Amino acid sequence: MNTQTTLLRPHAEQRYAGELAALAAVDDRPRPANWRLSPWAVVTYLMGGTLGDGTVITPKYVGNRRLAEIAVATLVTDRALLLLGVPGTAKSWVSEHLAAAISGTSTLLVQGTAGTTEEAVRYGWNYARLIAEGPSQAALVPSPVMEAMGSGRIARVEELTRMPSDVQDALITVLSEKTLPVPELGSEVQARGGFNLIATANDRDRGVNDLSSALRRRFNTVVLPLPASAEEEVTIVTRRVRDLGSALQLPPADQAVDEIRRVVTVFRELRQGATEDGATSLKSPSGTLSTAEAISVVTNGLAMSAHFGDGVLRPRDVAAGILGAVVSDPVSDRAVWTEYLETVVRERPDWADFYRACREVDE
Amino acid sequence: MSSAEAAAPPPVRVFGVRHHGPGSARALAAALDAYAPDCVLIEGPADADKLIEWVADPVMRPPVALLAWQTDRPANAAFWPMAVFSPEWQALGWATRNGAETHFMDLPAAMTLAATGRQDPDEPDPDDAQGQVPADGELPEAGADRLTDDPEGPAGEAPEEDPRAGHRTDPIAELARIAGYDDPEAWWEDAVELRSTGDPFDDLTEAIGLLREATPETDPRTLRREAHMRKVLRAARRRGHERVAVVCGAWHAPALAGPAPTLKADNALLKGLPKVKTALTWVPWTHGRLATVSGYGAGIDSPGWYHHLFTAPDEPVARWFTLVARSMREHDLPVSSAHVIEASRLADALAALRGRPQPGLAEVSEATWSVLCAGSSVQADLVTREVVVGQALGEVPPGVPMVPLDADLRATARSLRLTMSATKRTITLDLRKPNDLAKSRLLRRLAILGIDWGKQGSARGTGTFKEAWELLWDPEFSVAVIEAAAFGNTVASAAGNALLTRTSTLPEVTAAVEQALLADLGEVLPELLATLDERAAGEPDVLHLLQSIPALARSMRYGDVRGTDTRALGAVAQTVLTRACAGLPAAASGTSEDAAETLRRAIDDVQGVVALLDERSGRLWHDTLRSLLASRTLPGLLSGRIVRLLLDAGRLTADEAARRLGRALSPGAEPERQAHWIEGFLAGSALLLLEDRQLLTVIDEWATDIPDEAFRRVLPALRRAFGTWSTAERRMLAGRVAHLGDPQTHAAEAAEDLLHAGPVLETVGAILGGGR
Repeated sequence: MNTQTTLLRPHAEQRYAGELAALAAVDDRPRPANWRLSPWAVVTYLMGGTLGDGTVITPKYVGNRRLAEIAVATLVTDRALLLLGVPGTAKSWVSEHLAAAISGTSTLLVQGTAGTTEEAVRYGWNYARLIAEGPSQAALVPSPVMEAMGSGRIARVEELTRMPSDVQDALITVLSEKTLPVPELGSEVQARGGFNLIATANDRDRGVNDLSSALRRRFNTVVLPLPASAEEEVTIVTRRVRDLGSALQLPPADQAVDEIRRVVTVFRELRQGATEDGATSLKSPSGTLSTAEAISVVTNGLAMSAHFGDGVLRPRDVAAGILGAVVSDPVSDRAVWTEYLETVVRERPDWADFYRACREVDE
Repeated sequence: MSSAEAAAPPPVRVFGVRHHGPGSARALAAALDAYAPDCVLIEGPADADKLIEWVADPVMRPPVALLAWQTDRPANAAFWPMAVFSPEWQALGWATRNGAETHFMDLPAAMTLAATGRQDPDEPDPDDAQGQVPADGELPEAGADRLTDDPEGPAGEAPEEDPRAGHRTDPIAELARIAGYDDPEAWWEDAVELRSTGDPFDDLTEAIGLLREATPETDPRTLRREAHMRKVLRAARRRGHERVAVVCGAWHAPALAGPAPTLKADNALLKGLPKVKTALTWVPWTHGRLATVSGYGAGIDSPGWYHHLFTAPDEPVARWFTLVARSMREHDLPVSSAHVIEASRLADALAALRGRPQPGLAEVSEATWSVLCAGSSVQADLVTREVVVGQALGEVPPGVPMVPLDADLRATARSLRLTMSATKRTITLDLRKPNDLAKSRLLRRLAILGIDWGKQGSARGTGTFKEAWELLWDPEFSVAVIEAAAFGNTVASAAGNALLTRTSTLPEVTAAVEQALLADLGEVLPELLATLDERAAGEPDVLHLLQSIPALARSMRYGDVRGTDTRALGAVAQTVLTRACAGLPAAASGTSEDAAETLRRAIDDVQGVVALLDERSGRLWHDTLRSLLASRTLPGLLSGRIVRLLLDAGRLTADEAARRLGRALSPGAEPERQAHWIEGFLAGSALLLLEDRQLLTVIDEWATDIPDEAFRRVLPALRRAFGTWSTAERRMLAGRVAHLGDPQTHAAEAAEDLLHAGPVLETVGAILGGGR
């Protein structure tokens, strides 16, 4: 426990060990092979609830329960699960918790980058041993995917679309044949029950390395949406800004909640192409305008107000940040922004100071 | 059931169903076969009995609807839709096939409509178009509680129940709660609709009976309806029928099956109910209209799914995914059999996870989304529209009574003294007279519906309040009337709804707005304007935005003659202008020559109407034009044109215009650009150049200084610029240029020429807005 408190970020299965144990204790429903919990208990772990013995399970994912059910049902049918969504929609978070609840470990992880090699999804070699002893089981360095297959656990692949296409396609055999051949040793690792793969990918900046259709059809896809309501998003932003702010010793975000609400409103309205009251339709800019970006705009604004202002978050502190987030394409996005300013912001009487601030940074 | 069969069959069996429930329909068909009644009583308007004979007609194909309307006010109407999976339709079919006597047993439509007619007395005439359509939807199915409250609210059930529905406990929700379900719909699906065997009716009646004991029904209308149903039931028994089957909403079942109140009590309830003169007929229906997605408040979400559940012989889930896959392949979305297998597995796993006996619509939809559509909600929406709702279109035999739209059209025409004659006739209407205005509106509404009874003639010159129409009634229009009947029961409501379907592009919406104003369909205007706003927001092409402004601004003036409130229109026009202004700088700079010409026309047109909008819009427009001039990449044509427009509007002084002209025509600029500039500047009217010596001198100097080679290049543009002038104007210009150095001659000549050019100058002066 002591080591955990000094950890900057404990794994899900470490932080929520108590809840997982409590769930396992009351869970009397059938469990698929090698699952630590029943599918029902996994959904409960993710979405939160109160158990029969009074244990409160905190919600890990705030959103639609049906999505969690689809994700878990997918893993039951031993189809691989692909979590799609724009940045900041808790894809990795959900994947980590699913793996922790099902297999008891969330660390069998392959991070997809442009530099990810095939060894990371198949296996590598301990070259000193390979040269000294020749190919042998001992010289083999299994990848997280190979380990998960051998032990019947969940492997995670983060940012699948950032991997080069040939590396992605190495997963096809794993997913369709459920085996990983090692021709050097003349052997193979066959997946045990309970093995599955959860991948995450960003569906906004497509074209990084789009999935081949052969790989795509081996996944069931669950798209995680952006926060459904403005209130939900304001809560998420406020909480995260508070966490970040204390690390950076910025003024507390609590008095800034009105300005945060405004930033969230602007982001939401532009993102969904309509005002919150639904009265006016809008064009959407090319950027994502995710919750994560709203958080960064507010944090940035807090820093501005602390170092260059009076310590209170003012419209002018966030205006520049919003402009930067919205206008990523100088021609089309600027038109979108001007249109939004003139047709929506200007018409709101209590937004006059914000309108002025935006006009100032715009010119 | 089997026990009931073994003993002597009971004299009456009550089948409490859920309207449009495929499970109910399936179970009912089996139960009727087993019970073999000699008389079938169905919940439906009792005065529709004579329409039952049409069910046997081979042409008759569901979905169809019983339509009842008040003969002198077709807007007051109600319908009772039936699909093949509706228990009522199955009962009708069974009775027709087996020769059992069949009656509808609910309150007659004459009484239902009398009640609804009383409810909205503020509806002055059938002309009151749009309000009627939602009313249509509300009438039959007791509104949005259709699904959960279903067994209680039959098709054609009372709007009166609507306000009450919120108060009463929803019986199905109550039963579902007892069974441990959060979602009453899901419980009903599992308990009744998804079972393919067995007879749930007696258990269900008993359960609802208990519920009704706990919370007795107090709604007077429901009690009256049940009294009427009992009355019909008693009459059937008196006629000596031995096995009477009663098919009604599950909520009513205990009231008919249990111990009945006395005849006297029932008669007291039914005494003295008002009636109106009512006509009934069968109309073709569609799955789209059965579904809520079409905008009708009533109905079921997924007629396609229900239809499938009812018609699939076995393996409904696998067959369903095959259906979905086929629909997707038709749209070139590749879906393999492997996908279908995986989707079925996921649906099964989801059902197991949720503890449901079999996947329901939620599970199959989610599996479709996740597996077949790879998480794309756009594709999933496509499937929803095409398969879940379905596109079945019903058909009724040609002999059924006339539709209300036809009746309304004939009644309106009669009251306006317009005869449907097959010989051509021309009428001139004075829109200041109410009767003539009404005629004009009727003809325009019909034109919207594709019934071109009148063609507008060319009497346009006689002023805005006069219209000439050529009337010719083509007998084929009768077909068009029947087709248009799908849009509504009155000419006004049908025309309004038809306009609401023509909104896929911005110009279409703008045209629809104009038509709505001309045909006085003010009721659809708010929705059209909302759509317009939406289209304008999503319209990436500034040109389209600009092009839609003149029609909008012009439409605002119709309010004067036709008494329509056009303030909302003004607001939308301003918003469109604001959007266009925001995008104009980006759109105008660096465009090609051809595009610049198109844009020039659009800008000219907007300039022509901007005075009709408010002052702020005018300022915004002119400020935008001015800011455009600052751009170096603005095409010469537009640059010249804008200087001219601003000069005419008094937003640029003559000195400044001359300076800009001089700069644009200075040697630093490309000769071609100079020529385009001058073309834009001069386009349209000659007056300016003829009258302003300063400008003329600048142009003259520029023209003389063009090197020979460059002159050949600018010649086409110059010809274009001056080509729009009349010969007289050109001759005049030549005279001016010849005497540029001689101020006296110029003045004298000008005075003389002005006399000759009087009428021309008057027109030009009007265009310029009263001079510079």
